[in-house]
Amino acid sequence: MSEISRNIKLTALALLGFSIVGAVLLAGTFDLTRAPIEKSEREAKIKLIAQVLPAGSYDNDLVKSTRPLPANPLLGLKKPGAYYPAKLAGKPTAVVLEAVAPDGYAGEIKLLVGILPDGRLTGVRVTAHSETPGLGDYIDVAKSPWIRQFAGKSLDAPKADDWRVKKDGGKFDAMAGATISPRAVVKAVKLALDYFARHRAELLTQKVRDGQ
Amino acid sequence: MASETRDIIVNGLWKQNPGIVQILGMCPTLAVSSSLVNGLSLGLATTMVMALANTAAALVSRLVPPAVRIPVYILIIATLVTMVDLLMHAYLLQLYLVLGIYIPLIVVNCIVLARVEAYASKHGAFYSFLDGLMMGLGLSLVLAALGGLREIFGKGLLLSGLDLAFGPAANAYVIHVLPNYQGLLLAILPPGAFIGLGLLIAARNRIEEIRALEPRAVSLQPQQAD
Repeated sequence: MSEISRNIKLTALALLGFSIVGAVLLAGTFDLTRAPIEKSEREAKIKLIAQVLPAGSYDNDLVKSTRPLPANPLLGLKKPGAYYPAKLAGKPTAVVLEAVAPDGYAGEIKLLVGILPDGRLTGVRVTAHSETPGLGDYIDVAKSPWIRQFAGKSLDAPKADDWRVKKDGGKFDAMAGATISPRAVVKAVKLALDYFARHRAELLTQKVRDGQ
Repeated sequence: MASETRDIIVNGLWKQNPGIVQILGMCPTLAVSSSLVNGLSLGLATTMVMALANTAAALVSRLVPPAVRIPVYILIIATLVTMVDLLMHAYLLQLYLVLGIYIPLIVVNCIVLARVEAYASKHGAFYSFLDGLMMGLGLSLVLAALGGLREIFGKGLLLSGLDLAFGPAANAYVIHVLPNYQGLLLAILPPGAFIGLGLLIAARNRIEEIRALEPRAVSLQPQQAD
């Protein structure tokens, strides 16, 4: 009986010992990598946001000035998102909104939409999607320049009826045989512009109320 | 002793290759092998974990009570994988984002535990390290070959995505194997991974078959050199 209990104790102690060594190693690595991880994530995010803004159009720290955006059907946000006000010498020069196109061919397409104070688009980029590789994924700027056609467009130009892909009678190009993904993006960008039109003042002065 | 080293190398890379002979660790093999860079990076991350896990397990094998050896091995592997995960997150963010969940999943890649349990727990630290290294490299070769094949047939490219690891300058190294190629969607999608792996296994079996049929041709060669 005592033999067995001694064995159990030794086994438990050994397991405890290994757990402690593992925990110490992990804590050390975590501590060592925390600063570089934060730095590289920040840089990646700035790079992403900067893509939809004209170079030199802002001088503020885009990541630091991140503001929360309440969940909203116009932007397709089921959970609260964020927006990034761009400023030059303290004056608002553009706003970058997070938006989601819920009806992609393979689920959600996440977007960043840059809008000037006068309602013109500075640019749109896809940040995450799972569209079919080689077919619907040309909405990604890494695959094709398709998404660049949004720059300069606004709710007035083209007219509301023309905010569709050409196949549906609108003004936006799409590749034959793969119109579902671009259709979803065009619709989401139009809705993001609608949201901007309704909340323009709040977005430009960063007074969007948290949680509705 | 030199023959032991040689056996380990031949086993890992060819005779007992984890990818196309033992067919272990299929989940990452099939999911990540959509391009040469992706396949090779996950392969090398796995190799690093295997070599370190084997070494660590061999060093502590006497301290491990037999009843709890599997939990202890998993603990060692999980610790190493989490360290690799954190380091890649810190220094190779783009690549980390591409490989995503498959880095933490190295923990449950059965080839890692299989080598620790079957080899490292019974051998010395040096040979265990070598075994982990060679088994990992064997898997990396399969992942790289499969990724390369799928990339060439799927997109007509080779080495695309190199910029994820080495910055935008590396885009200059992307090779357009088949210019003006329209792409073959099947090769990029999951079925392409199964078909490609099947072809690799078939190719290896065929080579073994030919070697078994012509043993003399191999043994005669040194005499012809006289």
